[in-house]
Amino acid sequence: MIVDLETSTVRELNAALHRLESADETWTVKNPRGAHALAVGLNAPVRVEIMGHAGYYCAGMNQLATVIVEGNCGVGVAENMMSGLVHVKGNASQSAGATSHGGLLIIEGDAAARCGISMKGVDIVVKGSVGHMSAFMGQAGNLVVCGDAGDALGDSIYEARLFVRGRVASLGADCVEKEMRPEHVEWLGEMLERTGCNAKPQEFRRYGSARNLYNFHIDHASSY
Amino acid sequence: MNQPVQTESALFDRRTIAEIQRAADEGIYHIRGWGSKRRLPHFDDLVFLGASMSRYPLEGYREKCGTNVTLGTRFAKKPIELEIPITIAGMSFGALSANAKEALGRGASQMGTSTTTGDGGMTPEERSQSRILVYQYLPSRYGMNPDDLRKADAIEVVLGQGAKPGGGGMLLGQKISDRVAEMRTLPKGIDQRSACRHPDWTGPDDLAIKIEELREITDWEKPIYIKIGASRTYYDVKLAVKAGADVIVLDGMQGGTGATQDVFIEHVGIPTLPALRQAVEALQEMGMHRKVQLIISGGIRTGADVAKALAMGADAVSIGMAALFALGCNSPKWQADYEKLGSSAGFFDDYPSGKDPAGISTQDPELAARLDPVEGGRRLANYLRVLTLETQTLARACGKSHVHNLEPEDLAALTIEAAAMAKLPLAGTNWIPGKETF
Repeated sequence: MIVDLETSTVRELNAALHRLESADETWTVKNPRGAHALAVGLNAPVRVEIMGHAGYYCAGMNQLATVIVEGNCGVGVAENMMSGLVHVKGNASQSAGATSHGGLLIIEGDAAARCGISMKGVDIVVKGSVGHMSAFMGQAGNLVVCGDAGDALGDSIYEARLFVRGRVASLGADCVEKEMRPEHVEWLGEMLERTGCNAKPQEFRRYGSARNLYNFHIDHASSY
Repeated sequence: MNQPVQTESALFDRRTIAEIQRAADEGIYHIRGWGSKRRLPHFDDLVFLGASMSRYPLEGYREKCGTNVTLGTRFAKKPIELEIPITIAGMSFGALSANAKEALGRGASQMGTSTTTGDGGMTPEERSQSRILVYQYLPSRYGMNPDDLRKADAIEVVLGQGAKPGGGGMLLGQKISDRVAEMRTLPKGIDQRSACRHPDWTGPDDLAIKIEELREITDWEKPIYIKIGASRTYYDVKLAVKAGADVIVLDGMQGGTGATQDVFIEHVGIPTLPALRQAVEALQEMGMHRKVQLIISGGIRTGADVAKALAMGADAVSIGMAALFALGCNSPKWQADYEKLGSSAGFFDDYPSGKDPAGISTQDPELAARLDPVEGGRRLANYLRVLTLETQTLARACGKSHVHNLEPEDLAALTIEAAAMAKLPLAGTNWIPGKETF
C-alpha cells in the first residue's frame, strides 16, 4: 500500500494504520515533508516505510510495528515506544526514544540532546553521537552510542545501561563509569551485530548509576 | 510582686521556633502531604445575593435545577457527559492505596462523574470501577502506555499542580512497594523524584504538536485536558487554549498533594480565588469561555464553594483532599493511631510516611485493608450528593434553573482582598478594588 501525503492527510494515514491487524503488510508513505505524528500509535506487526524526513513524534507509542524513516526525524521519534523497531536512516532531533518501554530504536546518524530521556526499557543504538543530557533519569534499557556523548550523560540515572565508544564530555549527577564485564561485552556484541554497527564491543565503556541518590540524604543536597 | 506579662513573638511564634529546632535536629526540609494550611482569601469570603424583590427564586424542592455538564466539545469526537459538575482530581496509585483508588472510582461512578489517574499509571481496579476515567499524561510518564491511553475516556496533560507549580512529584521509598515499583519501572524502596517538566516538549508551540500526536494515537476521540498549577494563570490559560486544549484544569494554591516540601506548598502559586477569575477573563477575551471548559480545583469543600466557583465562570470543579476526607482520612475513628504517630485526627499530613492509619495514603497491606472500597465508594457518593444538593439549593435561591446559570452578578465579597482578587463588589457597595474608585 502506498500513501501519498500530498493527496492524503496524516489523520487518514494513522486511522488506516490503526485498523491493520495483518502481520504481512508493508505500507509506504510518500512525501512526508516533515509532517508531525506520522505512524503513531501503531499496534500491529506491520512495516511502514517513510520516504523522506519526518517531523515531531514519528512512530510515537509504537507497538509491534517496524517503522523505517528514509531521512531525518524531528523531536521525540519513537517516544514511549512499547515494542517493535524504529529505524532512522538520517539524524534525529531531541528526545529520541524518550520514556520508551521496549523495542529497538536505531539511528544511523546523530541524535540531539536528551536522547533516551527517562528511558524505561528500550534499546537505543545511535551510530553517530548524542547531545547533552542523554539518558537523563534513565530508568531501564540500554543506550549504545558509537560516537561521542555530550555533557551530563546519564544525569540522575536509575538502572539504564549506557555504552559509549567515543568521548563523554561529562557525566551527570550520580552517573559513573562501570566495569565492562563479560556479560556486557557479550550483550553489546550481539546488539552491534544485530544493528549492523561496524564496531567491537571492547571499544566501548559502560556507564550507569552510582545509586548514591536513590534515597534522600542531606549530605548530597547539592547533587539533587 | 506581679510577674511581667509574657509576650509571644508574632515573628518567632512557638510553631516557628519548633520548626527551626526540628530543622536543626534533622537537617532536612519538612516534606508533607495535604495542601496549604494557612488562611488565604477563598470562597468563604464571598456570599450569594439571594433573590428577594428584584430577583425571582425557584421553589427549593420542586422546581428543576440541572447539574449536568459536557466536557471536551472543542475537538474531541467523544466529549464527556457528567451528571454533576464535580469531578475527582488526579491522585496516584502509589500515593494512595489500590483500595482508595477503587473507592474513588466507585463513588464517582455512582454519581455519574469522572475520576482521574495520577503519577503512577492506571490500575485495573480503578479502570473497572470508574465509568468515566481521565488518564493523566505526566512528565514522568510512569506506567504510560498506549493500551491504557485508548482505554481512557479523556487525557489530561499535566503541567503542574496548585500545591507545587514548577515542582515535580515525590514518593518516598517507604511507599515504593513491589507493585508500585513495577508499574513505575523503578527499583523498590528508592525515594522517587518525578520530573517537573515533560521530556519531549518544552513550550506551548511544542505542546500543540504533542497534543496533535495524542489525538492521532487515539483517533481524535478523547477530550484533551491541560492541567496547570495557578501562578501566571492569565497567560497560561491563553497558551493552553492556543495549544489546543479541549478542557483546562486549573489547580489553585490550596490544592492537595501526596508529598511536597512544606515551603513549596505554602509559598508558591496563587490562591484559587484570583486564579479562577484570571482564567475566566483569559477565556472570555479569546471568545473561548464555555467553548474550552474550565475545571477549577484547590480547596473545594462544600456546595457553597462549588456554587461560587460556577458563578465565577467555572464549568466544573474538582476535589482531591475533600474526597479523601470523605473516605475517612483524618477520621477520629483512628485517633489512637494518630497519637502514636505524634499527630491527631484533623492534623495528620504525613502521607509520605506510608503509615496512614485510615489506610488511604499507604502501601502497607494491613493498613490498606482498613479501607473497604465498597464502603468508601458509598461514603464518597454520599458526600458528592450533599455537594450537589447544596449547589442546587444556592442556585435555586438565585433563581437559576441550572447551576451553570449562576453568574458573578449573584455574588458579593466580604473582604477587600476577596473583592480585589475575584473582581466582585464589596458587599453593600459597588466598589471593586482595582477596577472602580470607591
